[in-house]
Amino acid sequence: MIRVTRKLEFSAAHFYHNPNLSAEENRRIFGKCNNPRGHGHNYVLEVTVAGEPDPATGMVLDLKELKEVLEREVAGRMDHRHLNYEVPELAGKIPTCENIAAVIWALLEPRITKGRLDRVRVYESPDLFADCVDGANRGDGRF
Amino acid sequence: MSGPLKLSLTRRYRFAASHRLYSARFSDQENQKLYGKCGNPYGHGHNYVVEVTVTGPVDPTTGMVANLSELDRFVRREVVEPFDQTYLNEEVGEFQDNVPTTENVCREIYRRLRSFPAARLEKVRIEETSKNSVEFTGEPEATQDSTE
Repeated sequence: MIRVTRKLEFSAAHFYHNPNLSAEENRRIFGKCNNPRGHGHNYVLEVTVAGEPDPATGMVLDLKELKEVLEREVAGRMDHRHLNYEVPELAGKIPTCENIAAVIWALLEPRITKGRLDRVRVYESPDLFADCVDGANRGDGRF
Repeated sequence: MSGPLKLSLTRRYRFAASHRLYSARFSDQENQKLYGKCGNPYGHGHNYVVEVTVTGPVDPTTGMVANLSELDRFVRREVVEPFDQTYLNEEVGEFQDNVPTTENVCREIYRRLRSFPAARLEKVRIEETSKNSVEFTGEPEATQDSTE
């Protein structure tokens, strides 16, 4: 099996706030990420697709097609947007890297027609990222 | 369709430390042959990068696998503060009889972080330089208890 990874960068604003918690609890849990004016990141998305190369083309999937899917499904929804207000898939969710990765997984999974989606990695900064994988296919399945 | 999704969170930390690769089990000549310039008796140093991966269910209240400030506090207390700006061979107890190779440093950091209460430690990966890295995901379950 071969794993193929494609990157996409997008820039977006967000802040962390849970309306079910008091203002004080929000500040305690989320710290400066709770600033209601929001702040932004240059996110880096890495999407990995696993499969066997097609003997005729030598490709697991057509990277041009994957690039178009990423631009449409992810950049089209999230680039230069405010994740708290402008992305319906994140409505009601706190836009952490974990939740963004899970939402991107759900957006991409049905669009990957060759190979299977293996990993979605979302970097909020070079020092922080979340991975979303299929628990049955990757890792030891434990949580 | 995919099965249950598994989320993990990875954070990178840094510390700078010196070390020397030398084992009292071997003669000086054998040490020289084995460790080469890494055995320089005065020691030498690296800017280490530590990548800590934790996994677990995403808490719906916070949207997080683990609260970052809690993870930061824990890693700083257990690893960054005791390791940063030290001579590992002499100032971190575990390396007095244990050669501070990247492998041993990685395993020691994993041991120190295993008790992180808010999520399960999945992996520790260390870059000793931008060219060398080591990762450790723990001992297999069956032998975990007998090795400690």
